[in-house]
Amino acid sequence: MWEYSDKVREHFFNPRNSGPLEDANGIGDVGSIQCGDALRLMLKVNPETEVIEDARFQTFGCGSAIASSSALTEIIKGMTLDEALKVSNQDIADYLDGLPPEKMHCSVMGREALQAAVANYRGEEWHDDHEEGTLVCKCFAIDAVMIEDVVKANNLNTVEEVTFYTKAGGGCAACHEGIEEILARVKAERAGPGEVSPPLVQIEPATKSAIPAAAPAAAPAARPRLTSVQRIKVVEEVLESLRPMLQRDKGDVELVEVQGKHIYVNLKGACSGCMMEAATLGGIQQKIAEALGEPVLVLPASYMALEA
Amino acid sequence: MEPIYLDNNATTRVDPATVEAMLPFFTEHFGNPSSIHAFGSQVGKAIKQARSQVQALLGAEHDSEIIFTSCGTESDSTAILSALKAQPERNTVITTAVEHPAILTLCDWLEKEGYIVHKLKVDKKGRLDMDEYKSLLNDRVAVVSVMWANNETGTLFPVEEMAELAAARGIMFHTDAVQAVGKIPMRLKDSKIDMLSLSGHKLHAPKGIGVLYLRRGCRFRPLLRGGHQERGRRAGTENAPAIVALGKAAELALAYMEHENTEVKRLRDKLEKGILARVSHAFATGDVSNRLPNTSNIAFEYVEGEAILLLLNKVGIACSSGSACTSGSLEPSHVMRAMGIPYTAAHGTIRFSLSRYTTEAEVDRVIEAVPPIIAQLRKLSPYWTEKGPLTNPEQAFAPAYA
Ligand SMILES: Cc1ncc(COP(=O)(O)O)c(C=O)c1O
Repeated sequence: MWEYSDKVREHFFNPRNSGPLEDANGIGDVGSIQCGDALRLMLKVNPETEVIEDARFQTFGCGSAIASSSALTEIIKGMTLDEALKVSNQDIADYLDGLPPEKMHCSVMGREALQAAVANYRGEEWHDDHEEGTLVCKCFAIDAVMIEDVVKANNLNTVEEVTFYTKAGGGCAACHEGIEEILARVKAERAGPGEVSPPLVQIEPATKSAIPAAAPAAAPAARPRLTSVQRIKVVEEVLESLRPMLQRDKGDVELVEVQGKHIYVNLKGACSGCMMEAATLGGIQQKIAEALGEPVLVLPASYMALEA
Repeated sequence: MEPIYLDNNATTRVDPATVEAMLPFFTEHFGNPSSIHAFGSQVGKAIKQARSQVQALLGAEHDSEIIFTSCGTESDSTAILSALKAQPERNTVITTAVEHPAILTLCDWLEKEGYIVHKLKVDKKGRLDMDEYKSLLNDRVAVVSVMWANNETGTLFPVEEMAELAAARGIMFHTDAVQAVGKIPMRLKDSKIDMLSLSGHKLHAPKGIGVLYLRRGCRFRPLLRGGHQERGRRAGTENAPAIVALGKAAELALAYMEHENTEVKRLRDKLEKGILARVSHAFATGDVSNRLPNTSNIAFEYVEGEAILLLLNKVGIACSSGSACTSGSLEPSHVMRAMGIPYTAAHGTIRFSLSRYTTEAEVDRVIEAVPPIIAQLRKLSPYWTEKGPLTNPEQAFAPAYA
C-alpha cells in the first residue's frame, strides 16, 4: 500500500469540513466517477469582504483524495478569494507533509475545485483556460493547457511525473508522445539566458534562411496559417513524392485522416508490421513537418481507433 | 484485536507442518540432488516424494509430468512460449480478457512480436461465450490458455470442456490454475489439459516455488536451458526446501479439499450474505453460482476501494480491491472492465478471500465492520445523499469540464 504521511492518514480518518454546505454561494465540481475521483467544493463567501467564511467538501475517491479535500478546506477558510486563488497544489501537498508522487493528482484536483468554486461565486463560466487546449489524454480527458500549467507550476520533467500529477498518460499510453512534446516545449522556455535548448522536432522550415541563425529560442517566423484543406494538400503531396521510394521496397502509404497535428496513415505491403515501420513513419513525419513548417505526429491508422 | 486475513488469493500463510517439513533441507539435507554422495541422494528422494504428492493433488497420470519452476508466472511463460517454439507453423494464441497479467502482459508482448492473440470476451457475470471460442479454433492456433479460476472474482471457466474442444482440433491447451489448485478437486489424467500452472504460495506453501504440469507426449521446448535438472525441461539447481514444502502443502490441500468445499464455502456464503443484507447498493460480481469456494468479490457503489481498504485495515481486516488507486494504475481492474461493471461500482470492488484458517468469529466481525465503513464513506461522497444515491449522478454532479 502507499506510504501515506501521518498527516494524510489523520485527515483521511478524521476529515474536516465534510458534507454538504446548505447556504453555499460558490460551488466547484471537478472530476467524475469514471475517473475514480470527484470533488465538490462548497464555499460560503461574505459578499462584502470576499472572505471565505466556511468551506465544505464532498469527495468520492481514495484516501489521499479525501485527505487533500479536507486539507484544502482547512487552508482556505478565512482567506479572501484572491488569497485563496494563490493556493497551489503544492501548498495542499505540503500541508499534508507531502503526498506519494503517484497521488499528486489529488492535490491538483483540489486546486481545480477551488478555481471552479470561485468562478461559480463570481458568476463566471469556469473554463480554467480549458477552452483553448487540445485534448491530449483521451482516457482521462486532460488537455494541453492543463498539462502545461501543471508542468510549469511543479517543474516536472518526465511523462511519469505528468501522469502522477494529472493522470494524463495513465491509460492507453497513446498520448505519451504528446506529453513529451509539451515537456520539451516548456523545458525550452525554461532555458536560462544564453542557454540553447534542444529544438522540439527537427524541422527545417522552408523559410529557415529567413530566421537569423543566432536566435535559436526565438519564435518561428510568422507564416501564413494554412487552412485545413491546404494542409491536407501539402500532406498528400509529400506522401505522393515518397510513394515511388516505398513502392521500390514493395510497400506503399496512404493518407487516412488528418486531425490537427496528428496525421494517420496506412502503411501497406512490406512496410506494415515490419521492423522498419517506426523508422518509415519517422521519415514521413520529418518530411511533412518540413513541408508544413510545423511539428506533426505521423501515426499508423490503427492508433485512431485506440484514441477514439 | 487479532488481525483478520481475508486476502488468501493474494498469498497464503505457510502451514506450520509445512515449515517443519522444509527446515531440515536448509541445514541438514543441504546437498545438491545431482551429487553422487549421500548428501545429495537424500535430497533427491525427498524431491521425488514431493513430486508424487503434487501428482496426487492434480490427479496426474505420471509423476514425471510435474516440472518444478520458480513461480506461477514462470510456469505460464514456459507453457505459452514452449507451445509457440515447438510449433513454428502456428502463430496464434487464444486466451481470455480476464487472465492474470502473467498471461496478458506476455500476450501483449507476443502481439508486438508479430503473433496473433485472440482474447475471449466475457459477459456481465464473467462467463465466456463458447460459440466465440469454437469459431476461433483453427490450425493456425498454437495454444489455448484459459485460467481455471479467476483471481479477482473466483469465477470458474469450463477448462475441461474447452480442452476437449481444442484437442479435437489438435490444439494444445494450457490452463493457469494458480487460483484453482488446492481449492477444487481435479483429475488431470481424465482431462485433455496438456499444460497447467500452479504456484506454491497460493496453497500454503512458500513463495518462489511453482509447477508446470506437462502431459506426457506434449511437445515441449524449455524456457531455461542449462543443466539436466527436471529432465532438462527446467534447468537450474532445484529449490529443494521449497519443493519439499510444496509437496507437504499439496498433501495437506488434498486432505482439506472436502473442508474447503464445505466449511470454507459456508463461511464465504455467510460473509457475503451478511454484508449484502446490511449494505444497500452493493452486489457480488462474477458468476456467483460457479466459482471458487473461498472467494467473494463485492462491488460497493459510489465509494472508492482504496478508501474502504484503509478503513478496514484500521480495524485489523485485510483484503484487496480492484480499484484503480490500489493497483497503482489509474483505471479499475481489467477484470471489472471486461465484465462491464459500471464505473459507479467498478472503483469500489472489494475481494474477500478466505482459507481453511478463517474462523466463524472472524467472519462475524467482518460482517459487523463493513456496513459502518461503507456508510461513512458514502456520507462523504458527492454522489450520495441521505436518501441514497443521486438519481442521475452524471447530471447532478456537473463539473465545469470533463
Ligand atoms: C491467476 C494467477 N496467475 C498467476 C499468478 C502469478 O503467480 P506467481 O506470483 O507465483 O508468479 C497469480 C498470482 O497472483 C494468479 O492469481
